[in-house]
Amino acid sequence: MKKFEKLNTSIAVIDIENIDTDQIIGSDHLKITDKKGLGQHLFSDWRYLANGENNPDFVLNRPSTRAAKVIVTGDNFGCGSSREHAPWALLDYGIEVVISSSIADIFSNNSIKNGLLPIQISETQQQFLLSKNGEGIEVDLASQQIQCDDKLIGFKLEPFAKYCLLNGIEQLDFLFNNESKITDYENSLVS
Amino acid sequence: MVSTLFDKVWRQHLVVEETKETPAILYIDTHLIHEVTSPQAFQMLRDKGLKLRRPERTFATSDHSTPTSKANSDGEFIFYGEQEKYQVEQLKTNCEDFGITIFPLGDKKQGIVHVIGPERGITQPGQTIVCGDSHTSTHGAFGALAFGIGTSEVGYTFATQCIPQRKPKTFGIEINGELSLGVSAKDVILAIIEQIGIGGATGHVIEYFGTTVSGFSMDERMTVCNMSIEAGARAGMIAPDKTTFDYLEGKEYAPKGEDWNKAVSQWQQLYTDPEATFDKHIQIDASKITPMITYGTNPQMAIKIGQKIPVKNETQALKYMGFSENDDLVGKAVDVVFIGSCTNSRISDLRDAANIFKGRKVADKVRALVVPGSHEIKQQAEAEGIANIFIDAGAEWREPGCSMCLGMNGDIIQSGQFCVSTSNRNFEGRQGKGGRTLLASPVTAAAAAVSGVIVDPRKLM
Repeated sequence: MKKFEKLNTSIAVIDIENIDTDQIIGSDHLKITDKKGLGQHLFSDWRYLANGENNPDFVLNRPSTRAAKVIVTGDNFGCGSSREHAPWALLDYGIEVVISSSIADIFSNNSIKNGLLPIQISETQQQFLLSKNGEGIEVDLASQQIQCDDKLIGFKLEPFAKYCLLNGIEQLDFLFNNESKITDYENSLVS
Repeated sequence: MVSTLFDKVWRQHLVVEETKETPAILYIDTHLIHEVTSPQAFQMLRDKGLKLRRPERTFATSDHSTPTSKANSDGEFIFYGEQEKYQVEQLKTNCEDFGITIFPLGDKKQGIVHVIGPERGITQPGQTIVCGDSHTSTHGAFGALAFGIGTSEVGYTFATQCIPQRKPKTFGIEINGELSLGVSAKDVILAIIEQIGIGGATGHVIEYFGTTVSGFSMDERMTVCNMSIEAGARAGMIAPDKTTFDYLEGKEYAPKGEDWNKAVSQWQQLYTDPEATFDKHIQIDASKITPMITYGTNPQMAIKIGQKIPVKNETQALKYMGFSENDDLVGKAVDVVFIGSCTNSRISDLRDAANIFKGRKVADKVRALVVPGSHEIKQQAEAEGIANIFIDAGAEWREPGCSMCLGMNGDIIQSGQFCVSTSNRNFEGRQGKGGRTLLASPVTAAAAAVSGVIVDPRKLM
């Protein structure tokens, strides 16, 4: 997994609450057996018109926000299905950070394992960022701070998630490092 | 130590305790897999040269991409497309390569993963159960700690039989009182989600208890636990009791003989101590619940049938659905009715629906699909004569699978159509691009099928 580096980019705002993983990546695109090429299907029902052309009103189709690496959304982002295709699609498109006042549990877990940073901030801070579509933002994971428009916003992150993201460490290695304890546990089941 | 049901199961599976810096390592008793969320985890094993640590603890079936039409005269299944066919074949190959028990398409034990786990007795009280599917919460009905995981964690479970986890908080939902006629477990869980919200239980494990819950059958308990995720919960649990043990006794994978007695005496310890407290706690009066239906694009947007759509500034959802604030849904025409999914495809759901269909016909212009959750349920429904009631009414009686719940297999609704569905999600486009889903119970769905419009099912009882 790639290390999460300090990021200077622009913000794309999707001011919708409860964006579920079916909207992030529809079930039509879960039929692959690898992880490739999901970015083109990200938010496809919103991003494309019925004739397949880009919907000019959707934020990721506008020139000023097309290359944004940060999305700021309404409450409860990533609810619904456990499909890891959702963070795969976001990352494949180029999104590296999702910011909301709350992010669903499974989506958040899946994101961290792939190098996508889920940031939860207060509703007031969220309202501020929701008004900054297209503006510049700096995301510094090491200091756990976002800077936008000269405003500095600190955020919390579970320490192990931070450690894995910053160092590009796969959580599987953490489990393997504890293999003797897993064996001890299994032996205790038998006795 | 005073403990909740969740605390007891959590503690029994701790390989390593959590610290400030690191999450707990939780041992997984049972891992269920299906064709959609497992291929990349098998690929990870191949890339790293790993094998399954405990292959006997993993069970597989195909359900999402499988056709719900019968095999042709040559025994071949006709898939929606090549990708679906490859995904289903790939699961079989992966299971053969890695030594995993699979109930494949065409097998008499195949069905929706959350239906066959309990049906085969693989799901047992006090277990930790994971599956790459958010509705794994279903298995909590047996007093298991069961939750959905992503594909990375499917791979971790393959390789180590463990996953890293932070301890969630607990949420007690106490439900007391008798349900009135025409009100089902589905209405109860829709009423709860309407009350606490789609993110209302995020970060929590729900325990359902109270006289209503104790009186529920296992099918009803599974319906309630199934939709815990729709309130954002990590899992839903119900303490095991005689109903649970009676359901499991004699099932294929349930303990037998002396092992059974030993298991039951251990399972009887799985309850929340009277002095224990939850991080959150609410009470629900079941006697006040009436048949529910959703009007919007997430399961929280639900009303009692007969109530008007509330004024809540849900502009985008109402625009998508083609509804307005203060609209009454009763009398609205429906195009499709879907009875099935891991929420409501069990034998009691089918019996409930059949009681409405009996002696009636599916209304003109309505397409009604009844998709049993497993082959075992399908056979039982055929033996009981329920299947013929659906067929005589003009409904499609199909082969088991997830089907129109998420439409991966081609069972979809058309853009703009209204579908009253017994499934769990009414998200935009979930059942087909532009399709509009109204979630309801099996009786409400059946009542809509025979009436051609949304009706209060109690009028047909």
